Amino acid sequence: MSTVPDVVVTGLGATTPLGGDVESTWRAALAGESGVNRLSEEFLGDWEMPVTFAAQLKVPSDEVLSRPETKRMDLSAQYAVVATREAWADAGSPEVDGDRLGAVVSSGIGGIQTILNAWDTMNSRGPRRVLPMTVPMLMPNSPSAYVELEIGARAGAHALVSACASGAEAIGYGLEMIRTGRADVVVAGGTEAAIHPMPIAAFAASRTLSTRNDDPEGASRPYDVTRDGFVLGEGAAVVVLESAEHAAARGARVYAKIAGVGLSSDAYHMTSPDPEGRGQIAAMRSALENAGLSTSDVRHVNAHATSTTVGDLVEARSIRSLLGDDADQVSLSATKSMTGHLLGGAGALESIFTIKALADRQAPPTINVTEPDPELDLDLVRNTPREIPTGDVAAINNSFGFGGHNVALVVTSA
Amino acid sequence: MAATEQEVLAGLAEIVSEETGLPTDAVVLEKSFTDDLDIDSLSMMTIVTHAEDKFDVRIPDEDVKNLATVGDAVSYITKAQA
Repeated sequence: MSTVPDVVVTGLGATTPLGGDVESTWRAALAGESGVNRLSEEFLGDWEMPVTFAAQLKVPSDEVLSRPETKRMDLSAQYAVVATREAWADAGSPEVDGDRLGAVVSSGIGGIQTILNAWDTMNSRGPRRVLPMTVPMLMPNSPSAYVELEIGARAGAHALVSACASGAEAIGYGLEMIRTGRADVVVAGGTEAAIHPMPIAAFAASRTLSTRNDDPEGASRPYDVTRDGFVLGEGAAVVVLESAEHAAARGARVYAKIAGVGLSSDAYHMTSPDPEGRGQIAAMRSALENAGLSTSDVRHVNAHATSTTVGDLVEARSIRSLLGDDADQVSLSATKSMTGHLLGGAGALESIFTIKALADRQAPPTINVTEPDPELDLDLVRNTPREIPTGDVAAINNSFGFGGHNVALVVTSA
Repeated sequence: MAATEQEVLAGLAEIVSEETGLPTDAVVLEKSFTDDLDIDSLSMMTIVTHAEDKFDVRIPDEDVKNLATVGDAVSYITKAQA
């Protein structure tokens, strides 16, 4: 009987509103910095935009990639490739048989800027000016395909789409690729590049965005009583997942173990979470079971917490409901307070935060919470990092998406 | 106003450079798009789209396959503009 391999994380890569790589992003997160800024006048144009701020990349991808690369990739793929190059180098550029190497990189929205720009071109200048690379740039599997090409992955390239849970679901799928023997190494994560006036107008129309236009840096405030919606962010994060055996054989540095994944769907409402949190609880419970752990092992949770009035509390109640008294020993972090919401990139970036938190034994802070919601019955890490106890501990990273998609990942210390 | 062959070459070299990352001075008349400049069919169609725009000409697909070298393209565009 074959045994299911343990899966470890040996490389990290990211480009985010806080920094152009993992180190600068993590340093800024521990320092409680905000990556949210007012959008430029050029961006805002003559429209009366309902929301005038976002969390844009700290280091634009065209400062890192070559001109031909930026011309043939949608921004969502550019960010994914930037993050992949960092993660792959961070993992020591492992020698892996391409047949045993996978790529799972998700986007929640896909190549929307390519779509909108191509349509603008067609409207203003006709169909013959629409560029031949438009389709390979706009398709939602484009980031996954570019990462596949970048690293030479032939075990499979996948792009699971579940809105704001996409990045976490990608890591969960990568975990399963290794567990089921399809691959020894998988580059997995998520990316998003949807900061464009149309998606901002659309999210604003659904009343999910913060409209705190006079205070961009304070706009993302999960669990604060005055929270009024999420802040649109962008960026990418990927991890190098590897079977523990493969990592040990090459002497790789191990950050943490991805110990389990839990998935569920609400079947309740397109955009609102089930107020009872049944789907969220089911995802977290099954992730812990999948990891072979109990609630008493959990010491840290990176919450999905987007800063919406309804969503934050549903999640907090779900965590308390599942963990019971064990929730008292959990440090809760809501890092979207600093990064904004990376949509399809969020679950991956927050996985990196969770991995780094366990590796460095520091739970990152939640900023902008001046008055915690009185209904929050959890220990929120505010303003400064909190130490995570030594020894074998587990953390949960929650990601939930429009459509009622729930993904929980369980990470354990290396 | 029609451009001279020199102007067309310079303009085409800019387009090819943007698409491939090659320096503009690598784009010379005798170079083959596929064998020397390593341009695949999708990139070639991208270059053609930009060239049509820049030089205000139309290059039908059936003619693109005859444009083996940079020189072929420069002659074609110069004639098409005349």
